[in-house]
This record gives sequence, structure tokens and C-alpha cells, in this order.
Amino acid sequence: MTATNTFDRPKLDWPSALRESGFAALAALMLTIPMVGFRTVDRPTGLELDMRFEEVAAAALLVFFGRLGFALIRQGQPAAVLVLALGAAVLGFVVPLPTKVLQIILVGGGLVIALRAAWQIWRGSRPVPAADAGPSFMDRFAAEVQRAGKWLGPVGVLFAVAFPFLPIADRQTIDIGILLLTYVMLGWGLNIVVGLAGLLDLGYVAFYAVGAYSYALLAVNFGWSFWACLPLAGLLAAFSGVLLGFPVLRLRGDYFAIVTLGFGEIIRVILINWYQFTGGPNGVIGIPRPSFFGLAEFTRNPAEGDIAFHQMFGLEFDTLHRIVFLYYLILILALVVNFFTLRVRKLPLGRAWEALREDDIACTSLGVNRTNIKLAAFAIAAMFGGFAGSFFATRQGFVSPESFTFIESAIILAIVVLGGMGSQIGVVVATILVIGLPEFFRELEQYRMLAFGLGMVAIMLWRPRGLLAHREPTILLHPSGGAAKAAVKGG
Amino acid sequence: MEYFLQQLINGLTLGAIYGLIAIGYTMVYGIIGMINFAHGEIYMIGAFISIIAFLVIGWAGITWVPLVLALVLLLSMVFTAAYGWTVERIAYRPLRSSPRLAPLISAIGMSIFLQNYVQILQGARVKPIQPVVQGGVKLMERADGFVVQISYLQIVIILLTIALMFGFNQIIQGTSLGRSQRACEQDKTMAGLLGVNVDRTISLTFVMGAALAAVAGFMVTLYYGVIDFYIGFLAGVKAFTAAVLGGIGSLPGAMLGGILIGLIEAFWSAYFTIEYKDVATFTILVLVLIFRPTGLLGRPEIEKV
Repeated sequence: MTATNTFDRPKLDWPSALRESGFAALAALMLTIPMVGFRTVDRPTGLELDMRFEEVAAAALLVFFGRLGFALIRQGQPAAVLVLALGAAVLGFVVPLPTKVLQIILVGGGLVIALRAAWQIWRGSRPVPAADAGPSFMDRFAAEVQRAGKWLGPVGVLFAVAFPFLPIADRQTIDIGILLLTYVMLGWGLNIVVGLAGLLDLGYVAFYAVGAYSYALLAVNFGWSFWACLPLAGLLAAFSGVLLGFPVLRLRGDYFAIVTLGFGEIIRVILINWYQFTGGPNGVIGIPRPSFFGLAEFTRNPAEGDIAFHQMFGLEFDTLHRIVFLYYLILILALVVNFFTLRVRKLPLGRAWEALREDDIACTSLGVNRTNIKLAAFAIAAMFGGFAGSFFATRQGFVSPESFTFIESAIILAIVVLGGMGSQIGVVVATILVIGLPEFFRELEQYRMLAFGLGMVAIMLWRPRGLLAHREPTILLHPSGGAAKAAVKGG
Repeated sequence: MEYFLQQLINGLTLGAIYGLIAIGYTMVYGIIGMINFAHGEIYMIGAFISIIAFLVIGWAGITWVPLVLALVLLLSMVFTAAYGWTVERIAYRPLRSSPRLAPLISAIGMSIFLQNYVQILQGARVKPIQPVVQGGVKLMERADGFVVQISYLQIVIILLTIALMFGFNQIIQGTSLGRSQRACEQDKTMAGLLGVNVDRTISLTFVMGAALAAVAGFMVTLYYGVIDFYIGFLAGVKAFTAAVLGGIGSLPGAMLGGILIGLIEAFWSAYFTIEYKDVATFTILVLVLIFRPTGLLGRPEIEKV
């Protein structure tokens, strides 16, 4: 396109726009003809095909016009595209179409393109050209959040503490709160390995499983209480971390990643197949619920000689008490992880982790013992994973290998990376996005994971360093002033 | 001895399939240094497209078996390659200059998406298919009646793999595309400066990897006769293991690793317990990596500060 300082309208390059959209439509056809056009259906006579070419055509047309719309927007015609896209959306709304899918595609597609065009018009009307605007809006926002962390953190904690007493809190929302906090805890735990020490761990769920099964088996077989098992589960998980870490931490980068992934799968295969010990695919059932620090049970009618929680505090019996207690338990556990991470960054160990992440050769030559330092990160993160695991076991009341698949590891890793590696608040934000948002769309069961995968891709494309990525050195030579500022800008 | 021979044949067949998937991993890793997590899903899509192609061709009335196989293979490769191309274009190309973890997360997201996409469109139940190639050759017979045989299908799989490896090697060593690929593998910036179209080369790498994964999907559809939307994950992990075992970035290494993994699985299932065959695979991977961190045929990585 040509820049114009006269009254000429920018010349439209129709051939290239059409070629581009035609190519995209061809790709869409290639993708949808086999998968969307032919559906395999089971019939009594065997596998047969169902043909749905109207959906293939719809997809190709949508891609064609969508791509054309974007091309025209880029060539300086957002207004026309906006009108047309809105028109298409309205048309899809009013005109009766053969299938609902087509209608959704037309309305949704029209709206997305209209939004993009509107954004272009809005941005185009501002005086500053986009290229010279400095750090993008989200970068500035992330830096702002990081700076606000001083008061945002305590406010968040206060909100979390007060949450069960707020009017919005009922059984369901507190349950979601517990779920969110479990993932926040796991995310913070994994952040030690991935965010601080810079090791890509694809099998974190293994330690979660070790913790869960430790508590489950000890409690069911020997009747040990939750409070005795919690530290033990953490220790066992840390031990398994050392056991795995010792041989493999010498590996670099992606080799390490694939070995941890393999380890996660090994643990799961063992859980499924060691039938006598773990209960196999059926898992362990009847795991006891935690008591109130071993002092009182959350039951309506306690056993002879025991005292129940509601009697102890002179309250009406309510099943909600246990849930609120669990909520506070996981909140405390999560905050312990957070506090640990914040403090350890100021200790030699934490410094060594971050230094190793930045450059491990330089570190080794300065006398840092690479293996031991990495092993420490691995074992500590594993321990926190183990704590979270035993909490999971006691909350669910049963565990099975189903809960510890690779997808779980991927979700935890996604939380850490989407939030912005090393950012504690980022983990919370990402958890709310990744776990909380889908939780509210449970009815759309089928499409939930579809959107989840697509969302992960979209966030990475939009913010490759994570939502709240903003690297600031933990330690500066000159806390304020020229040298430090230059260092921040450069790094 | 006879039993051993039979397992050797089975292991080689399985290994050929893993090897073909592993090549896709190793090529992508060699050229852009990322684990293409969605590659297992591409293989699964290849298997589904094969089954659909079988049904379409059966419906069109073509019955001569070699023609059916060739057509299905061709269709599966072409359409699966389109998936490989699109995944790269949408999810990886914009992230080319991002931190190392960004494309990995994007790939995991893509893998979750593709799995659910196939599940929604084609249903979650297993898809069975009538055996297309039947019969086999009796190689030898033990006194107690145990027959060592290699089925025609196994012959097809092994021969096809050898032919593909040969053709593929020709492409990498002898064509300008192969030269560009090797150039990009060494230094993308420099290759770009010297007039290699880096984006196109990377796209074609994905297309080739996806086409080979489609062949593997086609073979699995024929060999096992049932597929479902979940087969991509485990096969993907094992194929990546194979690529690492053979030395990531090395094409013969990927094939070698695949065959080794296939043999380990077959022998472990035959002589020990079938349940723990995956454990055996990963344990051997860990051992190899500890004692030979660059894999069997990998070049040692030189660290520079």
C-alpha cells in the first residue's frame, strides 16, 4: 500500500488480497474435507461414513472472507470491513440457516472481524504511530502489576482469607476456591524448578501422585492421621525427587524434559499395574478426611469420648465447616510455598538458582555446584508437590491413576509459563484463567478442552513471555540510578 | 530360538512405525530446536484420515488391494501434510524468536486442541477396520508346532519403511530443498542472508514430517485394525524417546532409535510382563542418556560461553 498525503485513497491491492485469502481457504478445505466432511459412524454393519459437506463449505467460506477482511483492514479499509462484518453477523442472526453450527460460525466470525476492524479504526485515530509507542500496553501493565505487588499481594491474601465469609461464598464457590488454590500451590511449587532454576520439568504430576498415594496408603492401611502423614508425604515426594534428580540432572534442556516426562508416565504405569499395592486402576477408596488438627472431628455425632468441631466451638453443625477448614488448609499450604519462594530468592541458594538459569557455565566456573543446587530445587519443589498431593487425597477421599495423567503436568506447566515465568502473581492470574474459567463452563464439557488448547496457543501468540512477564533483576549493583536503569533496559 | 525370531519380526515392524514418527521429531528439533509436541497428534490424524480414505475408496468400488493401499497412502500423506503445515503456520511461526518455552506450551496447547477436535468430530469410540492385507509366509516350524511367520502386512510395512528411508535420504542429501534444510539446521540467519527462504524451508520440514507420520498412521491402522483419538500421545512420547535415544537431530539415529524401542517393547512383552513395557522403554532411555548424553548417533554438543 502507498502512504498518502493527498486526498487519494490508498490503492487497494486486490490481487494479493485475493490470492492470500484464496490460499487460506484452500488450506481450510484441505483440513476440513477429511475430518469434517466425512464422519465415521458405527453402524451394525460396520464403520460407515456420514457426509457433511455444507460444514466444509461454511468453514472454507468463513476462512476466505475472514482472511480477506483482515487483508483489507491491513490495506487501510477498516470502516468498510466493519460494516460488512456487522452485516454478516446480523444476517446470521436473522436469516434461518440449516444448522445451528453454521449460524454460530457466521455470527461469531462476523463479530470477531468487526472487533478487529473497530480496533484498527480506534488505533488509527490516535496520533502516535504504533511502532514508536515504546513498550506495548501489556508490557506496561505487567510492570505496573509487578510494582503494585507490594500491596496487591496482601490485598489478595486478605481477600482469600475473608472469602468464605463473603455473601458470594457457598458450597460450590468454596469448592472452586479450593481447586484454584490447589493449582496455585502446584504452580508456585513448579515455579521453583521452572521459573527460578530454569529446568523444564514435564513430569511434576509424578510428585503430586507420590504425595497423594503416600497419604492414601498410609491412612487406609495403617490408620495414620493426616497430620502425621502430611510431612511424611512431603518427605517421600522429596526423596523420589532426589532419586530421579540424581541421575538425570546432569542432562541438559530438552533431554531433561523428556526424562521427567518419562518418569511421570512410569509412576502412572506402576500405579495402574501394581495391583496388590495401589489398587490398580480402581485406586484407593475410603481415605479418611482430615481432623481439626487432631483435636476434633467434623462429624455430627462424634465417637464416644471424642469431641466434634461444632461442639468445641459451640456452633450449629454444618457440613460447610469441613469445606471451609479444607479451604484454609490449602490456603495456608499455598502461602507457605509462596513465602518460601519469596524468602529463598534472597538466600544464596535462591541466588544460585537464578544464576544457573541465566548461565550455568559461568556459574560452574564461579564454583557453584551445579548438580547439588539443581537437586535442591528439584527436591524442594517435589516436596511441595507431595504436600499438595496429600491434600488432594484427603479432600477427594479417593485417588486413582486417572488424576495423574500427563495432561495434569501440562496444565501445571502451562500455569507457570502463561503467567510469566518466575512471577508469583502471574501464577495466580493464570490459574484463574486456566482452571477457574473452564470451571464455569462445565456444561460445555466437550468444547471445554478444545477451547482450553486453543486458548493456550492464543495466549502464547499474544504474550510469548507470559501474561505478566516482566523480568526485573532480584539484585542490583546500584539500587537506583543510571547503571541499574541501563541494566534493566538491556536485560 | 523360533520364539525369539518371531519377536524380532514383530519388534522390527513396530520399530519401523516408531522410527517414521521419530523422524518428524528429529527433523523439527534439528532445524528449530523445539519439541513438536503436536507431532503425535499429527500421526493420530494420519491414522484417522487413512481409515476415512479406506471407507471412501471402498465406497467408490475400488477393490484391487495394491491400488487401494497406494491411494489411501497418498491421500493420507497429502491431507495430513496439510495439518502439519497449518500447525506450523499458526502455532509456531509467530513464536520463532520467542523464549524457548513459548513454542513448547503452544505445541502442548495445539496437541490438546487437535485431540479434542478429532474426538468431537469423529467420536470417542474406537474405530475398527476390516483387515485389508491377509495371510503370510511360514518361515519355519518348531517341533511342538510353533510357527514363525511373517505376514504380508509386516513385509509391506518393512519394505515401505526401507523405501521411504531411501527416498528421504535422497531428498536430504541430493536436492536443493535438502541442502537448504541442512543449511538452516546449522545457522538460520546465515542461510537467510545467503538467499535460502528460511520460512519456506521450515514449512516444508513440517510437511515432510507430517507426511511420514501419516505413513506411520496408515501402517498402524492396517497393523492393529483399531484406532482411537488417544493413540497419538503415547506413540508421540515413545517416538520422541526414540529420537532422543538415537541422538536428536540425526535422521538415521531416529530410525535406529525407533527400531530399538520397537525391539525392546516386543522382547520385554514376550519374555517379561506386558504391563511394564513402557517402564522398560523409559528406563533404557534414562540409562542411555546417562552414559551417552547425546544419544547413540548424535554429535556431541559443544558448549560455548
